[in-house]
Amino acid sequence: MTSPEDPYHRLENGVRKPDPTLGSRPEDQAVVEPVPPAPEPLRAGEPAHVRPKRERVVLADSRQATGRMRGRVELEEQTSWGKLLVRDLVKVQLRTAVLLAVFVLVVLGVLPVLFYLLPAVSRCTVIGIPIPWIVLGLLPFPFLFAIGIWYNRLAERHERDFVDMIEN
Amino acid sequence: MELNPWALAGIALVAAATYYLGHRSSRSATSTHDFLVARRTVRSRRNAAAISGEYLSAASFLGVAGIVLKDGADATWYPIGFTAGYLALMLFVAAPLRRSGAYTLPDFVEARLGSIGLRRFATAFAVFIGILYMVPQLQGAGLTLSEILPGVPAWMGAAAVTVLVSANVMFGGMRAITVVQAFQYWLKLFAIAVPTFVLCMVFFAGGGPHGVRGLGEPAPPVFPHDTTVSVKANVTVKVTTETYFYAYGEIDDGPARGAAHWSPAVPHKVSQGTTLNFAAGTPVPVVSNVPATTDVPATNDDWLHPASGKVTDLLQIYSLIFALFLGTMGLPHVLVRFYTNPDGKAARRTTVHVLLLLGLFYLFPTMLGALARMYVPQLLVTGNTDAAVLMLPSALLPGWPGQILGAVVAAGAFAAFLSSSSGLLVSVAGVVSTDLLPGRIRDFRVATAIVAVCPLGLTLLLRTEDISISIGMTFALAASTFSPLLLLGIWWRKLSWPGALSGMIVGGGMVLAALAFNIVCGYTGVVPPWWTVQPALISVPSAFLVTYLVSRLTRYGRPELVNDIMLRLHAPDPLGLMHDRAVARFGQVEDKPRNGRGRHRKP
Repeated sequence: MTSPEDPYHRLENGVRKPDPTLGSRPEDQAVVEPVPPAPEPLRAGEPAHVRPKRERVVLADSRQATGRMRGRVELEEQTSWGKLLVRDLVKVQLRTAVLLAVFVLVVLGVLPVLFYLLPAVSRCTVIGIPIPWIVLGLLPFPFLFAIGIWYNRLAERHERDFVDMIEN
Repeated sequence: MELNPWALAGIALVAAATYYLGHRSSRSATSTHDFLVARRTVRSRRNAAAISGEYLSAASFLGVAGIVLKDGADATWYPIGFTAGYLALMLFVAAPLRRSGAYTLPDFVEARLGSIGLRRFATAFAVFIGILYMVPQLQGAGLTLSEILPGVPAWMGAAAVTVLVSANVMFGGMRAITVVQAFQYWLKLFAIAVPTFVLCMVFFAGGGPHGVRGLGEPAPPVFPHDTTVSVKANVTVKVTTETYFYAYGEIDDGPARGAAHWSPAVPHKVSQGTTLNFAAGTPVPVVSNVPATTDVPATNDDWLHPASGKVTDLLQIYSLIFALFLGTMGLPHVLVRFYTNPDGKAARRTTVHVLLLLGLFYLFPTMLGALARMYVPQLLVTGNTDAAVLMLPSALLPGWPGQILGAVVAAGAFAAFLSSSSGLLVSVAGVVSTDLLPGRIRDFRVATAIVAVCPLGLTLLLRTEDISISIGMTFALAASTFSPLLLLGIWWRKLSWPGALSGMIVGGGMVLAALAFNIVCGYTGVVPPWWTVQPALISVPSAFLVTYLVSRLTRYGRPELVNDIMLRLHAPDPLGLMHDRAVARFGQVEDKPRNGRGRHRKP
């Protein structure tokens, strides 16, 4: 703000507002030698990852909020449209959860029967450890964690979609 | 096990750290909101560590390795079920439960179904489950302390844990124990991972003092060296070959003084107070106590491979999976931790972290159980297999390195008792203080004192059984009472309070009947059938069915504003429809007036 010498520095200041040291450092560089032109292309490349910040500030603005309010009111007043929306959301979330739970139960639930019906399988060994000990003692934990991550992603996506829909 | 000064020091350190952390964070606990749900400000990572710390109880730290030592491959279903329970919780319960804005499980019941009567009933069950879960923790504490300090009676350990935990809970409630539990998770992970690594290295480097022994041969395990076993409770054991040994005391209902021998034809009884001497190389007799699992594998071959003999074994495994998968979501002390998240999304993320943390921990007890089969088989004679983790380090690594490892394990075990029982105490005290008392901070403290005394008394009265087995029963009880209520309450509009009530009565009644039957069997010596040892496969579907049918018949029992309630439970957090019931009842949290006592505060 205090150093409006050239447009590049101004741009810098505009992006990272509160930092006073940013304003002073370019000044030094500008005064001492013509090195600054070399960093400038680098800075010009920087906005590529700075830009999203700007976008976010814009998103938080007024128009969206009113849309959200209207959607909320509609949901809370239980209009037939609002009821239908909630029912759809519940249905989608429940379907995801049930499918994943059934998947996990089938994968894990098959194991006891498998070992029961095919004792030969449980006698195979991998590097000296019987297969059941690897399959039961080691593998289920990464499997459950992966399913957890997957569900989390799906559920959050459904919720985002729902919020987007309400806001339109 | 002789006196280990290191272990005593380790336990003292854990106790001191627990007290210090609790005390430090209880300074900021000033309102009911702090005591019940830590002001709903716990971030998902810390909350995940706290949940895992609370959940990894004595049953996980000592019990899993003990059960693996005894039951072999089939026992690995316990850690799998303990972890999978959180997946079910995440899929069906976590986020909607948090969005309900409730502060205890009975409060959620009232929020969803609007019935005070059902709330009181849920209170009773939540308190009962909490106390039933706390008893094995205290028993485990007594067991650990009497292993480390041979002269100390078992009740001392239980009393020490009770006093320490009540102090923390009384002064800081949920606020204090969140930090303590998160710390104790990492402590426990360290205390089980380091000994496992070291002992595995010793094993692969040459197998400790007596060389490597395989587990593959179809013989029973043998004593690695001359071993004296003193039997502290009546046991029944089986042998697979002619076994010669020396006995002093009473075996097979007759006095014994000197050489004796057992034949494999019939089971043999050993009375309390008997001392047995086995020479090195003798096959180990294996306990076949009644309320434990129906069939303890006697030979290494059976132990190494999953059940392939009887259909009943298979059904029992399925029943166990069922109980653990659905039981976790019905445990009041687990659910109350989810109320401390800021919102529903954070609750879901917390559970993902929990799955990671639990999966990491459960890799180790199984390995320790397998090592224990080789190095401390004498535990199979007494059936006291929960001591396996504690005794393994000094058996495999004589001298001071073993003692230090033993101290690390003992400290971890002690942390397990502390963190689980503090979580249980907070949840039960929260329920009692808000449902039976007006719910102010003073009431919370009074409730803590009352609640702490009950499990301590029960610990002194009841017989010590396997920690994991009674935990299995608790999960079955939770799965057949609260999980139908939660699942149907969250996902089904037509649930009515008479339906929920009758489901809880039927499911809970069946499990309690099975529990009573098992205890009677334990005294009379009858072998109970698999469906009373592990009743979940029958009781859970019955509870669901009864809940469904009665709800269909009693339309009047549905709350009027059911659509409104469903909207709150499922609407995404950014819409801001959440409504905090704790704030509604106990008022807004106001910041403590800052009166210049701190060094860094402005006047």
